[in-house]
This record gives sequence, structure tokens and C-alpha cells, in this order.
Amino acid sequence: MCLAIPSQITKIENEIATIDVDGVQRQASLLLLEDAAVGDYVIVHAGFAIKQIDESAAKETLTLLKEAAALVENEGGDRSKD
Amino acid sequence: MPIKHSDEYRDAEISKHLANRIHATSTQNIRLMEVCGTHTVSIFRSGIRSILPDTIALLSGPGCPVCVTDQGEIDAFIELARQDDVIITTFGDLMRVPGSNSSLQNERAAGQDIRMVYSTFDALQVAKDHPDKQIIFLGVGFETTAPTIAAAIKSAAQDNVDNFSVISAHKLVPPALEALMGLENVEIDGFILPGHVSVIIGLEAYRPFFDRYNIPCVVAGFEPTDILSAIQMLVTQIKDKTPRLDNAYPRAVTNKGNTKAQDLLKEIFEIADACWRGIGIIPASGLQIRDAFAVHDAAKRFDVSVGSSKSLKGCACGEILTGHKTPPECALYKKACTPTDPVGPCMVSTEGTCAAYFRYHAD
Ligand code: SF4
Repeated sequence: MCLAIPSQITKIENEIATIDVDGVQRQASLLLLEDAAVGDYVIVHAGFAIKQIDESAAKETLTLLKEAAALVENEGGDRSKD
Repeated sequence: MPIKHSDEYRDAEISKHLANRIHATSTQNIRLMEVCGTHTVSIFRSGIRSILPDTIALLSGPGCPVCVTDQGEIDAFIELARQDDVIITTFGDLMRVPGSNSSLQNERAAGQDIRMVYSTFDALQVAKDHPDKQIIFLGVGFETTAPTIAAAIKSAAQDNVDNFSVISAHKLVPPALEALMGLENVEIDGFILPGHVSVIIGLEAYRPFFDRYNIPCVVAGFEPTDILSAIQMLVTQIKDKTPRLDNAYPRAVTNKGNTKAQDLLKEIFEIADACWRGIGIIPASGLQIRDAFAVHDAAKRFDVSVGSSKSLKGCACGEILTGHKTPPECALYKKACTPTDPVGPCMVSTEGTCAAYFRYHAD
């Protein structure tokens, strides 16, 4: 029931988002979100988007993980431009 | 390259490093409970158990919605399915859960109209398509699912879809944690808190529980590195004797949670007592539909009462949900009880601990 992988919104119409789940288009209601925009990654639960992914928190988490694993120097600094 | 928010958290190098740090930090024997069924499955699937030191025991908690649904609630669902001119709509996992003397699957085979839906709006659509029938949705789930059901009830009220109703058997996570800590012989040293329940209720919703028991608590996401970093935080807290309420899933979980979903929950539901399999009645741990929406409350419309029924004979689901037993300690596990022929809900649900053990645990 829990779809843990975030999906990207490709279209929004009447509070219904079209989301891309690994190349498959599905629909998700936006009634539980404050402000969603095309391009956002959202967590979808039982047909409803329940949260946008916080990009800066996501990047910070990844950097911390990689720093801790001493991998970060191999990655270069290009992620800040995404 | 944009972040996809999934693959990055499956990085084997990072996982290995986190596991090494856990090995280096973990000296005493500890028992950690992952409260959420999706965590249980993710932990098994990613092989996390096999890379953790022997000092760490992982217990599955009361976080698989189907598994904690009480026998009396299942019996009420079956009673509803037997009413004339109804169509029951439900998420798939409930179909095969045995009631005291039948299951929804048996009822469907006997000719009752029971349909699996992907979302509550699909159920609402069934109601619009069949104005001559009563459509009942079986409302099972935690704080993550309940807002989706609240949204459907609100839409039904706005659009006057009077033949749509919900039986609310929803459960709330923080009161269950309180109840767990109040049980006899609990041996839990820390909690891996659910990711998506926390998306809705927010980190601070656990604060009263944390303040009361001062036990290490970390919210985790669902990818391997998410879970490993949560475990690493817990191990460190326990070692340093500095319990904290921490967030290892900040990209999705905020302090306040999803306030729009919370407001909708409050509008449609009020807090009520609920009966949990294996635990019994936990005060203020459930949701009932407010009187203003009584038209959409199947319990009121069909006068079905949720009684207390005996648990299934020989099934240890109750003890498993409270961390007192693991599936191999159940006499029926792998013998009378398998995923193809399940005895209890923990073997039926894909998020159930017994099903996860059966699929992934070589013993
Ligand atoms: S193995 Fe089957 S009978 Fe035993 S606790 Fe699990 S679901 Fe119940």
C-alpha cells in the first residue's frame, strides 16, 4: 500500500496530478497538498500525493551520508547546479 | 543530473560504511522496534539484518494496518458484506484475512459484491456509477491513509453522494507506542518511527510520548541508507545514554507535518478508543466519523456494532505485534500457516511480519 519511491509531477489539472512512476504515467490527487507544482517530486500514498520532497534537505542528507562515507571528493561539486 | 530521490539512497558503499560504523559503536545487546510494516519489508528485502552486528535485534511492531485490525472489526466487515444491495470496496490486503468464521474472499466467492480499489476516489466513483446500491468503504489504516479517506467523505458530502459510506477502523500510532510501553515484559531500547505516518503527523507529534518515556526514537525513510542511518543514530543514543527524538528523514518529514491533511482529519473525524489485535482497547487511539457526516458513517447507517471476538486459535500475531515473539516462535509458522494458506493476518498482509519472514528469512 505504501509507495515509498517519490514520483515526479508531469502535469496538473483540476487538483489531479499526472505523475511519472518509472516511466508509467499515473494519477494522484493533490487535495492533501498545500502547493504542488509541475516538476516537484512527491510521495504518493493510496492515490494521494502527501508531501513534496524538500530538495535542499535531500541534498544535505546525501552530502552528509557521502561525506561520512568519504565518497564526496570523487563526486565533484556539480550537484549544486541541478 | 537531477536527484531521483530513490537510487541515491541505495548506494552500497554508503550502506557498507554505515554498517561499519554501527559495528564499531554497538557494544551492548539492544532491541530496536521498527514500528512500520513497510520498514519491516524494506529491512528484509535489502538484507539489512544480515549486515547488522549480532548485538542488535530488530523487532517488528504494530505498524501493519491489516495486522492490527481486530478480529471483531473483521467480523463487522463481513457482516456489512452480507447486507442486501451493498458493494464493499477495500484495499486488497484485507480480502484474505480470516474472520471468526469467514473472510471477505469467501464472501465474494459466495456471491457478495466486494471490489478492490486503488484509492478512495475509485470507491467514490463506484458509488456514482451505482446510485441504486450502497457503497461501503472499509476504512483501515493509520494517519497516512486516514486523510485520503477523509478526503473521499468530504467530496461525497459536497457532491451529495449519499450512497457512499465508510466504516472507520483507523488507528493512530503515538497512542499505540504509549500502550506498548505500558505492557508487561516490554524490552524495547529504541524505536524506528514510521516514515509516512510521520510525514502527516510531524516529528513533534511524538514529543509527549518521548518526554514521558525518554526512550530513543528516530524517524526513518524507506531506503537502505535511510534505515541504516536511523539505526546508527539509535545505537549512538543508546551508547551515550542520551535519548533523543531525531529525524533521519528530513527530506519528507517536518516538525509540524502535513497540516492540510491534519485539518481535514479533524474536520471529518473525532478521536475515539480503538481495539488493536494483540493489545486490546487503547484509549484515544482510533478515529470515528463526526455526527455531521453521519450519512457517510457505515457503522451508524447499517447498525453494525464492532464487538470483541476471540483471536484466532493458535495464532501468535498479537505477541508478534508487541515484540514478545518472532514468527519462528509460533507453532503454526511454516506448518499450518503459509502465505498460500494463511492462518493469521501477519501472514496474509504483504507488510505482515510472518509473511516477510516467510519470504526472506532463511531459517
Ligand atoms: S505464523 Fe501464522 S499463525 Fe503464527 S503468528 Fe504468524 S500469522 Fe499467526
